[in-house]
Amino acid sequence: MSKPVKQIHLAAHFPGVNNTTVWSDPRSGSHIDFSSFAHLAQTAERAKFDFLFLAEGLRLREQNGRIYDLDVVGRPDTFTVLAALAAVTSRLGLAGTINSTFNEPYEVARQFASLDHLSGGRAAWNVVTSWDAFTGENFRRGGFLPQDARYERAQTFLQTTWELFDSWRGDEIIADKESGAFLADAGAGRFAHRDAHFDISGQFNVPRSPQGRPVIFQAGDSHEGREFAAASADAIFSRHAGLEDGKAFYADMKGRLARHGRTHDQLVILPAATFVLGGTDAEAEEIAREVRLQQVSGQTAIKFAEQLWNRDLSGYDPDGPLPDFDPEPGENTIARGRASVRMYRDPVATAAQWRAKAAAQGLSLRELIVEVTGRQSFVGAPATIAETMNSFVQADASDGFILVPHITPGGLDEFADTVVPLLQDRGVFRVDYQGSTLREHLGLAPLRASSPVTQAAS
Amino acid sequence: MSAPSAGMHLAVALDGAGWHPAAWREPQALPGDLLTARYWADLVRQAEHGLLDFVTIEDGFGMQSSRPASPDGRTDQVRGRLDAVLIAARVAPLTRHIGLIPTVVVTHTEPFHISKAIATLDYVVAGRAGLRVRVSASQHEAELFGRRTFAALPTSRSGGRAAQHLMAGLFDEAADYVEVMRRLWDSWEDDAEIRDVATGRFIDRDKLHYIDFAGEHFSVKGPSITPRPPQGQPVVSALAHRGVAFRLVARSADVGYVTPGDAADARAIVAEIRGEQQAVGRAEQAVRIFADLVVFLDTAGDAAAGRKARLDELAGAEYTSDATVFTGTPAQLADLLHDWQRSGLAGFRLRPGVIGHDLGMITGGLVPELQRRGAFREAYQASTLRGLLGLARPASRYATA
Repeated sequence: MSKPVKQIHLAAHFPGVNNTTVWSDPRSGSHIDFSSFAHLAQTAERAKFDFLFLAEGLRLREQNGRIYDLDVVGRPDTFTVLAALAAVTSRLGLAGTINSTFNEPYEVARQFASLDHLSGGRAAWNVVTSWDAFTGENFRRGGFLPQDARYERAQTFLQTTWELFDSWRGDEIIADKESGAFLADAGAGRFAHRDAHFDISGQFNVPRSPQGRPVIFQAGDSHEGREFAAASADAIFSRHAGLEDGKAFYADMKGRLARHGRTHDQLVILPAATFVLGGTDAEAEEIAREVRLQQVSGQTAIKFAEQLWNRDLSGYDPDGPLPDFDPEPGENTIARGRASVRMYRDPVATAAQWRAKAAAQGLSLRELIVEVTGRQSFVGAPATIAETMNSFVQADASDGFILVPHITPGGLDEFADTVVPLLQDRGVFRVDYQGSTLREHLGLAPLRASSPVTQAAS
Repeated sequence: MSAPSAGMHLAVALDGAGWHPAAWREPQALPGDLLTARYWADLVRQAEHGLLDFVTIEDGFGMQSSRPASPDGRTDQVRGRLDAVLIAARVAPLTRHIGLIPTVVVTHTEPFHISKAIATLDYVVAGRAGLRVRVSASQHEAELFGRRTFAALPTSRSGGRAAQHLMAGLFDEAADYVEVMRRLWDSWEDDAEIRDVATGRFIDRDKLHYIDFAGEHFSVKGPSITPRPPQGQPVVSALAHRGVAFRLVARSADVGYVTPGDAADARAIVAEIRGEQQAVGRAEQAVRIFADLVVFLDTAGDAAAGRKARLDELAGAEYTSDATVFTGTPAQLADLLHDWQRSGLAGFRLRPGVIGHDLGMITGGLVPELQRRGAFREAYQASTLRGLLGLARPASRYATA
């Protein structure tokens, strides 16, 4: 018996505030004006994508003690943009990152329940935790949490919001003008939650939303992050877009579900993926090489090296060799507000690998940085990309992709016009939306209210 | 004597099915639609069709209640609502001229988050956003957050002093909150984004500024994550009934809503706010004072009073409000507004008793009546909310040029 053909899920990521986004391109538009968000969202909806994704930032990044100025800087508020996008789209899911460290469960639950109502059931929440007091300097509670308390707080934060979402069953509002009964149940919304992080009680004032609660995304890659996702998430925003690492991650994640009493189809795995299209594969390769050089200027290469070496390297020539000494040990102090520096778990070993690679291939510092940071996930003619993406999904390297264009806001247009029809022709991507909610787009079963309908006899 | 301005400013305050607790039972009410985007979009477009300056959208963290600070367990009135900032954002792309002012409770929220939310709303509507700041002294609302405790507001004489002390503290915190928002809105100079391909710099970081606010309740470093909004400073408004709140309006707001009982009362309130403004060195024209009125409007005789009496009967109690409750014809209301405006008011924020009926009477009855008298605009004449209100666009406080 052959494996059934999987349907691909696709999403659009609004270009971020890192060097993937090429702002120097003449086609690059505003990262703030609503028209840019509307353009990308409407392109994604025209292409029948599952959802649009917005990241969040709560403190401008700094390097060498100053605000980092080489990448796009600044972004609008996630909730506000998503709610406004609900007015200019009708089916597209609306997903946003909201930090659990600098918010309170009651307010975030209200905001997501409101967004779900106002979008007719299209809201999704990528739950992240924050890692430092640097960001906390902008907030009432400050930011510091010990490492082991971060996921614990995120987990209880999420569970608390679920209790709030489930505090309404969905059938309480009867609004009977004749009898004068608006609510069937005076206790609708009542909740009480107490744990080490939150001690809250009262009545939640947003009635149950169309999806019951937003679709939950998780993006962390650590053991704790993976367990959090296996226990609680509907979808994973993964960083493993390659075939082999994707398959390994996919198997690992799906394998964790049973221990949490969940089934294979309750977690959708979607890596972030970049792409470069061309008329031919050769042309696409050439464009991709140019894009990488735009993404990694000489200055940017120096900044990347500083993030690993953890010291000022402004005197270095990006077209020359790598530093021949080891990185500064200890906590990274050169770059702040940047999650990626934590990926260098062993900077000395990474620097040694980089030097060896540069020596073996005769690469300058900039060329090395292009090689280790800049490779696009998919490069080729439309048919090549459609074939490759489909083969990855059918091989269980993922369930689809969250595409990150490098041009704002038109960077998805060509993909929508050329690759999507090929996927549709193959029968692996929807030609039209079948449902109205994001849960339906993602193939997730509808949620039932946790408590049974009980109504006191009167 | 303060001269009346050439035109009158008009806003409506939107809340549920209307301000009368039985409003949802009227034939025109849509109580099953209160949680839908379509409901709010229709109301705001109707207000825009009537050329109103702005709409406000009520909000609060606790369940609606007939009691001031605690739930009442009632099931015969509208219960449940949506976040007002998100309602404003959801309707924003569907509007072209009208200002959008959601209510934000400052006692339990982060000024950094709300600052960027309102800045973003201002981008979505190209310069027509504002907010109304509200404090919450309710212990029931505090328990929804579990981060602070308020003593129940007592009624005895010594308790009265304790309550005053609590309210003064909450309003001082609100003033700090507005200060943080305003600094964050200014923290990017208007031309900070340079996109200089030659030097590889996206921004001129000398034009981004730490705000370094340190206060009793929060410290905020800045700069904002969101560039300076189109209006520079979106419109900040607050409802004020007495001293501490008048001081907040005078110190921090662009628009104050007040609740006079008559024209003489309005004059006294305006004088008090102007006095507070003088004390902090703010020019008279920097703050626009609007009087709130709950309105029940019908074209025929005493139909409005009869309608309100019928609603009162349905609700089981006579409806009263912090604001003056008006029942009558649009022409009678126009007379009253004209009379009150001479007390130094810039305009009025009308709370429709029944939105499904009285909003239409405002836009289709009162507005044409005022236009006939030359007292209200015939078309929108500014593209921003500050512009509609006659408020200049301020330069960033951090700009050196």
